[in-house]
Amino acid sequence: METWAGITTNETMFLWQEYWWLIVAVLGGLFVLMTFVQGGQSLFHTAKTDIEEKAMINSLGRKWELTFTTLVMFGGALYAAFPLFYAVSFGGAYWVWMLILFGFVLQAVSYEYINNPNNFIGKGAYKAFLYFNGVTSVILVGAAVGTFFTGSNFSFDPATKILAWGTATDGMDLRGLEAALDFGHGAWFNLAFGVLLFAIARLLGALWLVNDIDNNEFPELVARIRATAKKCFVVFLAALVVVLYGLVMMKGYSYDIHTGVVSMVEHKYLANLMAYGFIPLIVFLIGAVLFLLGIFQSIFGTSTGGIKLSGLGAVLIGIVVFAIAGFNGTPYYPSYADLQSSLTIQNSSGSLNTLEVMGGVSVAVPFVLGYIAYVWYQMKKDGPITKEELADPDSHAY
Amino acid sequence: MHGVDLTMLEWARAQFAMTAIFHFFFVPFTLGMSFMVAFFETIYVKTGKQEWKNITQFWQVLFGINFAIGLSTGIIHEFEFGTNWSTYSWVVGDLFGAPLAVEGVVAFFMEATFAAIAFFGWKRVSKGVHLMSSWLLAAGSNLSALWILIANGFMQHPSSAFYTFNIDNARLEMTNFLSLILQPVAQVKFLHVVTASYTMAGVFILGVSSLYLLRGKHVEFAKKSATVAAAAGLVASIAVAVIGDDHAYEVANTQPTKIASMEGLYVGEKGAPIVAVGIPKSHTIEEIKNMKDNEDSFTMPIAIPHLLSILGKRSFDGFVPGIKDLVYGNEKYGIWSFEKLRAEGARAIKDMNDYHIAKKAGDKAAMDAAEKDFHAIVANVDGVKIERAELMGYGYFSAEDAKHIFPPVAPVFYSFHLMVGLGFWFILLFVLAYASVLKGTFVNNTFVQKAALYSIPLPWIATSLGWMSAEIGRQPWTVFGILPTAHSVTPINLTNVQATFFMFMAAFVILGIAELKMLFTVVKSGPKGAH
Repeated sequence: METWAGITTNETMFLWQEYWWLIVAVLGGLFVLMTFVQGGQSLFHTAKTDIEEKAMINSLGRKWELTFTTLVMFGGALYAAFPLFYAVSFGGAYWVWMLILFGFVLQAVSYEYINNPNNFIGKGAYKAFLYFNGVTSVILVGAAVGTFFTGSNFSFDPATKILAWGTATDGMDLRGLEAALDFGHGAWFNLAFGVLLFAIARLLGALWLVNDIDNNEFPELVARIRATAKKCFVVFLAALVVVLYGLVMMKGYSYDIHTGVVSMVEHKYLANLMAYGFIPLIVFLIGAVLFLLGIFQSIFGTSTGGIKLSGLGAVLIGIVVFAIAGFNGTPYYPSYADLQSSLTIQNSSGSLNTLEVMGGVSVAVPFVLGYIAYVWYQMKKDGPITKEELADPDSHAY
Repeated sequence: MHGVDLTMLEWARAQFAMTAIFHFFFVPFTLGMSFMVAFFETIYVKTGKQEWKNITQFWQVLFGINFAIGLSTGIIHEFEFGTNWSTYSWVVGDLFGAPLAVEGVVAFFMEATFAAIAFFGWKRVSKGVHLMSSWLLAAGSNLSALWILIANGFMQHPSSAFYTFNIDNARLEMTNFLSLILQPVAQVKFLHVVTASYTMAGVFILGVSSLYLLRGKHVEFAKKSATVAAAAGLVASIAVAVIGDDHAYEVANTQPTKIASMEGLYVGEKGAPIVAVGIPKSHTIEEIKNMKDNEDSFTMPIAIPHLLSILGKRSFDGFVPGIKDLVYGNEKYGIWSFEKLRAEGARAIKDMNDYHIAKKAGDKAAMDAAEKDFHAIVANVDGVKIERAELMGYGYFSAEDAKHIFPPVAPVFYSFHLMVGLGFWFILLFVLAYASVLKGTFVNNTFVQKAALYSIPLPWIATSLGWMSAEIGRQPWTVFGILPTAHSVTPINLTNVQATFFMFMAAFVILGIAELKMLFTVVKSGPKGAH
């Protein structure tokens, strides 16, 4: 079997590639957590009065930039560390990414503009933008991540790596949208993954709002958010069952880390969960338990602190999802059009020098997380958002 | 160019240009205003006077409306490299992706995190923490400009000091990150952009303050704001010109086709002049080939003798090559013709193909031979050795492409010269404004006030023109001399690119109008109506 790119056996290089995939996984996990902003945006209908809506907008509007930045960082890290992925996935699954981006562009301005006088298209339009981002963008991101397991429809020139999208004889070529429509190539799994991410985001959004909005001043709003989240929990469970069933049962893509040859292996992702001394499985289970505990604490219970447990759980689950997609001899961006074109952390990475230099820069990440934590503490230490704060011109409320 | 859908290429370029221009409408304002707001707040914290807090908060509201849209257009920009320029992304991801990733780590997070305190933390944190956040927000914004311009500097002047061509992967790979960061082209570009941004903020604040003074409203507020803006703007506008001179010098010595187009120089000259004002004539490649001098280059030129040689070569009689020299070569000055460059480029492509054929066949000797020929030194320019691989980009052009191997003269010439003209106008404006501030007459000087008010749109025009001259002037390359634009694009059907072009254009137009309406509303309401 011919593979288009030889696999390096340079151990140092391999370690750096693994390190960078771990960074991508951590960023992916953090992004899952930060989708609470999008999830919260899908709950605006629970506000019945202007002041309730204002409270929600201000609570989420102080955090949207971090979600946005995490997405930018995720892109930047992939660009530097795995440039072939950047070229193949963004250039190939064109419409999926363009629609995701479109949603984020609309979101970015909506918080600043929504309650501003003379905003040209009216409050309702900006609210619709936030919904679009909160629902469509998140489902599409989930579907895109789903293709990390089900594969995509591409191949390319072995020498120049110039992309050819839609080359599978039995596949659709919808420039990325086949991920959600080509049921012969796992669209059901991708869609379930999208719905699952949406449900997680919405649950996290509910947990955030319950925590960040003064429960005594907005008791009815908090109750309505909890009620919607309970219904969402059912959707979450259904999507989770489908995704877990798929992950455990599906044939997975696998490759030999010495020859680079890609093949299909039964129960590959189940094997990955149980690889490395069961660490992925253990972390996944810890994440799942934490996520559920947070929900029982603050959605089914009356505590407001559930976001901490569920948030941490979401990060851990996200990390494991990316880990089992790319580690243990697994092509993280497989191709069903041409197995040997599948992208692995070894054949799609930047040069050793770039990975090392960027590794040096990644030392700054804990420092960044440190000041983010400091700023969040500073902004939260005086308690949740109150009506008084929203009415105070000095607070720059939206 | 073979095998490339040129219509799709032009649409992809148009989409990118639209995003870039729209993005660059907001970014310089953010860079400049973030520092001005931090500066006003510093005065407030030092003096403890409420009026300075009002001034800070008013300008911060205007900054905030602009900040979000700058971010939103930035994200499209980042991902468009992948969606529409996938071949580019693979070939130069090592050198271009790395600064983008660093930008994310060291700049964007700082910007986004401290923006939350700066905007919403007035009542939630101490004065000191708030002030620190405002400065860190400004620092984060400006640091992001540094990293993106390092990436852009590489596109303008890819130097073998920081990359090598990997024949196995068909891509450029980074060899020296420090050299990439410290490349002079990027450094002057960064300084030119940020000082232009401070000038923009200065003109805006001076102009809006002038509006209030002309209407007799918010006089104390306007007086104080204008004083700070005039002083900061004067320093910034002079710095733009000084650094701009350095920038032009770098361009002259690294991108000869760009400087020739910028100055409409068809035939190289010793002691070349600058045509300050004139209408550059359009010539076919055959006409250019037959030109003996620059007599027929311009209609109604007003030229300053020797100035181009002085600015570009730091020498009264330095030779500046013209378009003819760069296309057809000039043996006297050791300038290779396009044909010669193309032949070497074609040979490098053949080497790469041979290498991969040999690799498939498992013929190690043939692989080594191809690689050796690929990396062979073909020229030595001022002590810098040029490998054949560095000329590979030329091999993608056909002989008929001689007419496309330099950028179009008219748009590059006009955009550059108008930008320079506006730059000098800003210096004059700030000199007048600062002089009247010093004399204490600014409040009554309606001439300067009107000049400042009507100048408000001009910095946006100037920065857009600067960007256009830099990027159109880089054509027909995405990475100058290395990667042709036509070979950087994603292979995709035209309709996809057209559809997304209109999708984003509609969003930009609507959001742009919304932004302007809100800015006008806040300005009209004045400091009291800022919230």
